Amino acid sequence: MNPSVQNTGVQTGPTTQAAPGPALTEGGNRAMASTAPDSLMTPADRQAPTAIAVRDLNFYYGTSHALHDISLAFPARSVTGMIGPSGCGKSTLLRVLNRMYDLYPGQRATGEVIFDNQNILAPGIDVNVLRSRVGMVFQKPTPFPMSIYDNIAFGIRLHERVSRSEMDGRVEDALRRVALWAEVQDRLNSSATALSGGQQQRLCIARTIAVRPEVILLDEPTSALDPVSTARIEELLDELKTEFTIAIVTHNMQQAARCADQVAFFYMGRLVEVDSTPRMFTAPKEKQTQDYITGRFG
Amino acid sequence: MGNEPAHTITRYDQELESLRGIVARMGGLVERQTAQAVAAVVDQNEDAAREPPMLDPEVDTLEREAEQLAIRILALRAPMAVDLRQIVAVLKMSGDLERIGDYASSIARRALKVEPLDGALSFSALRAMGRLVQENLHRAVEAMVENDAERAKEVWNADTAVDELYTTMFRELVTYMMEDPRNIGPCIHLLFVAKNLERIGDHATNIAERVYYAVTGEMLPSERPRGGEAAKKPASQGE
Repeated sequence: MNPSVQNTGVQTGPTTQAAPGPALTEGGNRAMASTAPDSLMTPADRQAPTAIAVRDLNFYYGTSHALHDISLAFPARSVTGMIGPSGCGKSTLLRVLNRMYDLYPGQRATGEVIFDNQNILAPGIDVNVLRSRVGMVFQKPTPFPMSIYDNIAFGIRLHERVSRSEMDGRVEDALRRVALWAEVQDRLNSSATALSGGQQQRLCIARTIAVRPEVILLDEPTSALDPVSTARIEELLDELKTEFTIAIVTHNMQQAARCADQVAFFYMGRLVEVDSTPRMFTAPKEKQTQDYITGRFG
Repeated sequence: MGNEPAHTITRYDQELESLRGIVARMGGLVERQTAQAVAAVVDQNEDAAREPPMLDPEVDTLEREAEQLAIRILALRAPMAVDLRQIVAVLKMSGDLERIGDYASSIARRALKVEPLDGALSFSALRAMGRLVQENLHRAVEAMVENDAERAKEVWNADTAVDELYTTMFRELVTYMMEDPRNIGPCIHLLFVAKNLERIGDHATNIAERVYYAVTGEMLPSERPRGGEAAKKPASQGE
């Protein structure tokens, strides 16, 4: 691994939290975070607190070793773009960040993913609470076959008990924040599946933020959308990052360039390079990164 | 482009090669213009004096071609990293080259008017300056064509000598003019020629800076140690 990756990747700044979220374990074990040597932290890392710190992560699909020694910090309230060719491990890493891989047998992770001072890979973590704090939006819009209103309310009801009037407020707020309210306020009770693809994806983002997570993971959120819907989602990310920490996997390099504050390039299960977005797209340090982003690959 | 492996899309490589070809041709042309302009002055060669202005339209046409092709590539290929740096460098270098051609033409048009001056010393300084500027320009164009960052940095450092020669000439010519007002006409022409040569040197340095950034991704420092500071600064700041 090259030094630049170590510098930006390994660090344990204070993890941020506007208001304390629900405890991830019953005992609320907060003593698991270790502290990286000061020399491994860059000045930039010290300024931007880290929301999620991945350290020495290895991931296996059965016997297939999918991620190798990944160390990467996700700065709070900023967008981290993850790029790389198919099979490079970027989506796998995203699925580790909210333990989505738990749903499948034979998949396991070693190393640490520190979120709110806890290693979320540790046993005893309540994955339901984790997933409410680390939300996820998928490539294909996945509205539930129910009304627009219930699509939003469903997630909230899973985690909280709220009054009808409060629920109305939460649904409206979520829809407003994804700029969907004006388009759907007259038909909240009609089926979500009748919305256009772009609207459905914004609904899914609304559903995610309605449960008030701290981190939003997006896996190719616009690959099924037209350019106008894509631009809306990208504009939305720009607003959401003032409040949420965002990690986005994308095959569209221009999208990473437009949306992300820092970009991580993965290749064959390894993190090749991570740097600020302007630096990555004008003067990357690693030859592999340059060959990939300039279209000289394979 | 140049020293990098091929793009997956072959046509992209071809377009980048065309772009490089255009600025390489411009480089050859303005080197020729500069050489003829210097010969026109220091050898008082009438034939040489005619050539630089005649080459101007071709240089201008190539500059426009470079700009159009660069814009086309930017729009259609969305270049990144080294490709982006190279294309932006080409855009700026073609402007530098075009300016060099203009200065050379300007020198050539003035060349035969400097004749009456009875000042052997300035002429030899001008000859030395012409040689240095031509050499720097040649190496800048070479660095550009070969994507040679090291050579670019050498050129960037070498311009100090040109600036120093210009400052020397400036002082000397001012002295001549103060000694005898009849010297003013020819001295002014000579001074303009020297100034134009000095500007050609600056544009060669600019080209070197673009090459260095395009190849390495690092900017050379904005301030280079300069020798000719005195002649460049406004009077209020010193001399």
